[in-house]
Amino acid sequence: MKARVHVMLKDGVLDPQGEAVKHALGTLGFQGVEAVRQGKVIELDLAAKDKAAAEAEVKAMCERLLANTVIEKYTVEIA
Amino acid sequence: MKAAVITFPGSNCDRDLAVAFEKAGAEVTRVWHKDAGLPAGTDIVAIPGGFSFGDYLRCGAIAAQSPVAAAIKAHAERGGYALGICNGFQVLTETGLLPGALMRNAGLKFICKSLTLSVATTDSAFTGLWAKGDRITLPIAHHDGNYVIDAEGLQRLKAEDRIAFTYADNPNGSLDSIAGVLSANRRVLGMMPHPERMVETQQGGTDGSVLFRSLMSAMALA
Repeated sequence: MKARVHVMLKDGVLDPQGEAVKHALGTLGFQGVEAVRQGKVIELDLAAKDKAAAEAEVKAMCERLLANTVIEKYTVEIA
Repeated sequence: MKAAVITFPGSNCDRDLAVAFEKAGAEVTRVWHKDAGLPAGTDIVAIPGGFSFGDYLRCGAIAAQSPVAAAIKAHAERGGYALGICNGFQVLTETGLLPGALMRNAGLKFICKSLTLSVATTDSAFTGLWAKGDRITLPIAHHDGNYVIDAEGLQRLKAEDRIAFTYADNPNGSLDSIAGVLSANRRVLGMMPHPERMVETQQGGTDGSVLFRSLMSAMALA
């Protein structure tokens, strides 16, 4: 079973890297980019067979390591 | 005072930190990250600067899960002293021993320079020999020192007088120019500037030595 975790800065936390990317896009001539937020994607291959159990386990991984919940939020997709 | 200085793969200020403690008169033991325990009788555990585990995932995140981190946490939770400098501060926030988090510098650049700090509280074993408001010079050298905390957390830090140092001229976007914070019991300090790099005149100043001497004098009284 595969899991994909998206980790993003929480809304309201200023993202300096996203701001820099937005600025660079403007410099390249891409008009109308109103906001850029940069995050990360983490893919996991899991031995688990049960979808609900896998999702619960990956959420626990996010809480303990994959995301810093002080500043980041996460979503988990199981496929 | 018995100090334990931790080394992670990628730590690079561990030796300087050990020397700074020794210079102040402390008995120092170096501890490897795979050690599950701290030496018996450790008064203070010190987590140095550097790039533990290559800053993979987030600065300090992997170090915070290493075997020695559990020992550091247990030490702090039973009232032991802990000091985290630069990457060490990042490790302490990742373990949850200190509130808030350290994000990429607002200007996105790695900043390496000496700058002026204000001593924001003298009510700690780390800052006792300074006077409140003292202006001191210490170097910073980091890419991720932009301190953030939610509004409620900031309010709590202020109300409890737990902001230890602030930048005179904010270099990295830190909320309220915060350069160092204390735990609720005032025995854990995390700071981005490097006091261990200012303990000899050959290093350009000795302001950092006051921190180590403050600890020595606080431990002598304890």
